[in-house]
Amino acid sequence: MKTNAGQMTVETSLQINAKPQTRKLPSASTIAFVILVLTAPLFASHYWLMAIITPVMILSLAGIGLNIKTGYAGMVSVGAGAFMAVGAYGMFNFAAHGGITNFPLALLLGGISAAIAGYLFGLPSSRIKGFYVMVTTLAAQFFVEWLFTKNAYFYNYGSVPTITLPPMTLFDLDINGNNTIRYYVVVIIVLLMTLAAKNIIHSHVGRNWMAIRDMNTAAGVIGIDSARYKRLAFTIGSFYLGIAGALWAFLFLGTASTLSFDINRSFQVLFIIIIGGLSSIRGNFIGAAFILLLPILIDYMVKATLGSALNPGFLSNMNKVIFGSLIIILLIKEPEGFDKMLRNLTGYIKRRKS
Amino acid sequence: MGFMALFLETLIGGVLAGTMYSLVAIGFVLIFKASGVFNYAQGAMLLFSALLFVTLLKLGWPIPLALFATMVVTVIGALAIERIVLRPLANRSTMTLFLATLGLSFVIEGLAQGIMGTEVHALNLGVEDLPIFWGDILISQFDLYAAGVAITLTLLLALFFNKTRIGVSLRAVADDAGAAQSIGINLNFIWQVVWAVSALVGLVAGLAWGARQGVSFNLSLVVLKALPVLIIGGFTSIGGAIIAGVIVGAAEALAETYLGPIVGGGIQFWFAYFLALIFLFIRPTGLFGDAEIERV
Repeated sequence: MKTNAGQMTVETSLQINAKPQTRKLPSASTIAFVILVLTAPLFASHYWLMAIITPVMILSLAGIGLNIKTGYAGMVSVGAGAFMAVGAYGMFNFAAHGGITNFPLALLLGGISAAIAGYLFGLPSSRIKGFYVMVTTLAAQFFVEWLFTKNAYFYNYGSVPTITLPPMTLFDLDINGNNTIRYYVVVIIVLLMTLAAKNIIHSHVGRNWMAIRDMNTAAGVIGIDSARYKRLAFTIGSFYLGIAGALWAFLFLGTASTLSFDINRSFQVLFIIIIGGLSSIRGNFIGAAFILLLPILIDYMVKATLGSALNPGFLSNMNKVIFGSLIIILLIKEPEGFDKMLRNLTGYIKRRKS
Repeated sequence: MGFMALFLETLIGGVLAGTMYSLVAIGFVLIFKASGVFNYAQGAMLLFSALLFVTLLKLGWPIPLALFATMVVTVIGALAIERIVLRPLANRSTMTLFLATLGLSFVIEGLAQGIMGTEVHALNLGVEDLPIFWGDILISQFDLYAAGVAITLTLLLALFFNKTRIGVSLRAVADDAGAAQSIGINLNFIWQVVWAVSALVGLVAGLAWGARQGVSFNLSLVVLKALPVLIIGGFTSIGGAIIAGVIVGAAEALAETYLGPIVGGGIQFWFAYFLALIFLFIRPTGLFGDAEIERV
């Protein structure tokens, strides 16, 4: 019975994931989304640009990184925050100690630091799987938090363990002061890296990841070096997380510490990919928007209906209860996330038309 | 104090503290064994029961009555969780189940702290924490009691699993849920029993940890301490959880004493995880876990 169940998964996932080899044009919704984000500074308020769209885009990128590990290569990871921290602290240290003030170069080096950390913490994954992989990522989480708090070198011997980027240049543009430039830097990096991720996933590398995810042993039988591809997923996924972490620290928060990348951040990114949909690029964006906007919405609704009579401590706890309940309801009702829900919906509309 | 005395004192203190980890880990093993759910909300359940007990005491309830009321409420809560959250999720992937319990931990933490407040309470169980001297070596009396409770609890659970009808059916479910169901074992009933027992174990662990470090939100994070213990002992063995807890406790204490000063202290946050990684390299399924065989 177990064997049957296994074969079932392979078949169904092949049906879902085997996209036709011919290159498809981006869908209308994708184009609309890209145009909307690129033109947003023309009509959206500063609050929307810097406090809503920027964090949603950055966490979507983090979601893509985690999705490469968890959604495509099938390794449960709860250490997303650790690799984001390595990216941010890596970039900071190359700038502070290495004197690199070129923004793209420092960012790239931050991403590479995270990729190396991902490679190292991904090494045990060639021998183990499931919850045991989760433990290696948790080890990364706690070790990285400790490393960057206890060793003053990593925050340049400041009086508090926080990091702020020294003045940076970007092709003669002032990245530190101008909000519009900051917005565009984030959006363009995220969009380009999303495109790159899409191409990786549709290449033989992505197909091998999915084969390993669906059945490790079977993938080995057809000649896929699963240990190598698992390490590769850890490295590339961590590179994405590292870039997202650096953007989060310096272009969204401005000043960051390990508290910005604690276990709750890791869970947040995990929720993003689950709610949005595992093994879906679009899902990361939907998930990030949902996870970031939901608390704001709950807060607004509760205040609007119950007024400010309640004390704020009680309010934040009720916020937590509602958030947790919604997660559970979503998992019960739509285990494959919003992406699946959207696919069902478009399928339904298409059937109605024809 | 000589090197040997310090070593022994650290080791004994660590071993006894380790039984506290075991207490938490047992609650996980029970649920995981029977239903394959890695219950992240176990920490939140610990927090809830300890907080409820303390709140009732503050209201002037006598200890036995408060304890009984807490037991009743946590068991009802556990049964409700099983019925409302996990039964609709039966047969879903371990990942989905894990995330559901993560959401559940938010709900329980929010409810516990929303209703009963967020301040830190001291919990006095009437156990004086006087040090006992054994030659040169200092032993914490409280740790001795905690270890005694952990051992008693394990013996009781062993009796329950080996001697009672429910216990035997539970082991049957753990071995092969499909086969157990086909010989007429009611899976839903077994899961409810497991959740109830695990909630009671959580209550004991919550009181022990609460008396140790005060009843606060930090109790909820105890779950992260239990994970390396589970890895070393295997997710499916109660005996393994006990032994692994002791190993982790002892190794942590020794590392903090001898390795800590070299690297700047604070290593207890990650040391257990590295220990777990080392064990994983040697025995990928834990000391007592069952190896999974994958078929194509």
